[in-house]
Amino acid sequence: MKKIITLIAINAILFTACKKDSNPVPDFDENNLAPLSVEFDNIAGGRTLTFNNTDVPYTNAKGESVSISLLQYFISNIKVTTTSGKEYTVKQDDSYFLINGADKSTRFAKIKVPEGDYSKLTFVLGIDSLRSTMPLDKRTGVLDPASGSGMYWGWNSGYIFFKMEGNSSSITDDQSGDPTGKKQFKYHIGGFGGYSSSTINNIKTITLDLTNAGIAKVRKDRQSNIHLFVDVLKVFNGSNSFSIKEHPNVMFSEYSVSIAKNLSEMFKHDHTEN
Amino acid sequence: MRTKYFRYIFLVCLFVYACKKSDDTQDMVTFLGFQKPKNFPDPVYNFSNNPVTKAGFELGRTLFYDPRLSRDNTISCGSCHIQSSAFTHHGHDVSHGIEDRLGTRNAPPIMNLAWNKAFMWGGGIYDLDLQPIAPITTHEEMDESLENVLNKLKSIPTYRNKFKEAFGSDEISTAHLMKALSQFMLMCISSNAKYDKVIRNEGNISFSAAEQEGYQIFKEKCASCHTEPLFTDGTFRNNGLAPNAINDKGLYIATLLDKDQYKFKVPSLRNLKYTAPYMHDGRFLTLDAVLDHYTGQVQDTPNLDPLLKQQTPRGINLSTDQKDKLLAFLNTLNDEDFIHNKALAEQ
Repeated sequence: MKKIITLIAINAILFTACKKDSNPVPDFDENNLAPLSVEFDNIAGGRTLTFNNTDVPYTNAKGESVSISLLQYFISNIKVTTTSGKEYTVKQDDSYFLINGADKSTRFAKIKVPEGDYSKLTFVLGIDSLRSTMPLDKRTGVLDPASGSGMYWGWNSGYIFFKMEGNSSSITDDQSGDPTGKKQFKYHIGGFGGYSSSTINNIKTITLDLTNAGIAKVRKDRQSNIHLFVDVLKVFNGSNSFSIKEHPNVMFSEYSVSIAKNLSEMFKHDHTEN
Repeated sequence: MRTKYFRYIFLVCLFVYACKKSDDTQDMVTFLGFQKPKNFPDPVYNFSNNPVTKAGFELGRTLFYDPRLSRDNTISCGSCHIQSSAFTHHGHDVSHGIEDRLGTRNAPPIMNLAWNKAFMWGGGIYDLDLQPIAPITTHEEMDESLENVLNKLKSIPTYRNKFKEAFGSDEISTAHLMKALSQFMLMCISSNAKYDKVIRNEGNISFSAAEQEGYQIFKEKCASCHTEPLFTDGTFRNNGLAPNAINDKGLYIATLLDKDQYKFKVPSLRNLKYTAPYMHDGRFLTLDAVLDHYTGQVQDTPNLDPLLKQQTPRGINLSTDQKDKLLAFLNTLNDEDFIHNKALAEQ
């Protein structure tokens, strides 16, 4: 008799375990949202990112010294895809984030997505053209031209998607470099394609496969965090590698298109905290 | 007796009603909101997102004339956009902002902006609500941040009240600031020149013989770019000016498209009497100099407008007599009402 009870108990335990295993993923329900964060952890090659480290600067692929004094970029239009291929686009109004490298509290893009297991993350580096031409009422928070971030071009209506400034000893002191002698570089990359005629478009859509480094298991009772490494040296060392000395200042110009291509190579999925 | 009594009541009612009506009329006379002139096309500005109200317009006017919009509180919008000069900076080829820093372009008029698709001599801005951000933040103009402007305004209780009256909330936001400025600028309508009165058949006003002939010359030789009744088609064109010392390439700076090199916005021909000097860099001090350019100085720079290449020599063929008549017609486009309109002046 005792044996039977033990058997039933074991069976019950086994059965529960089975049940749990056979249905680990909640049903995909767009009304059943749970928290998910994407962490933009800025690094410089093999080192963590420290600002203004002119004493021990980083080195780019051309052998030039690099230190960073300012790093800001917009992340928007986040979309996730489950392991079974279901896509979810975060509500547009809640999908704009300004990452400021100097302010660690801005490194998370906090969103809500349906409970589920996600193996793909898609986002835009920059601001889509639709939002870039919306009335001011629709541009609040980080999109407010008065937000003080300096990420808006007043003279040529539009947002600066990516802004990085710093110093390099390679920069000359003449007109082609930095005539103030401070050896500063400035990269202000923007351009959404233009209001009336088709102009440069530096909006970059980035898609990352999370399968190898860990899928995101989003549940209501926990905080899943997709941890990305964002390598700022890729700005110089990406597939359109360039020398800081030759291009110390790039803003709204043709060359920005070349640099923007490098920007899309900065993002690498390191791991996921579930 | 009863009839008399009713008659009395009736009269009193009528009297009260009349009084009430006249009060309403009084208000209507003081502020009519945005009214499209009869001879103008439908405006381009999206009024549904920012209807012009009395409180909004008055707030916009106060802001327009408030030097707090500049970094050191010395320059207002009205400093370089002077009403008596049809809201341009009379006598200045290019304007000077705070600390007398010189810009690179001639201050354009604040006039009939509700019909403008693009702003600035070189484009780049396509929404009136976004336009003031450029002069406020430009180093050579007001050199201030929007954030600081909002903070300055928030510290003044009367402004909070005015924003509340205008927008139903005392939140002084970017959108409210810009919408108020737009409401004032949208009301800067110039539509009462002699030309307009002739076109609208008002008060038996007609062109003189010279003006009429000038009108014909205008229609034949100028109207393809300076289209009636706004006297601009709102496009960007290269009118053959020799590139200036800083080699300003105009629209190209904002688009980086080769086809836009040396193109500037076609300016309106209204109120030329008050808006000298002329062109994007104010290089011509008189209208005679402008006409001399078109008749003999047009340069074959990249993207020169095809309309100026149709004859030899390049430009527009005008005899001295034709020039005089054309100038007589252009003089009918000057709008005294506009530059003297008290509602648009600093209060």
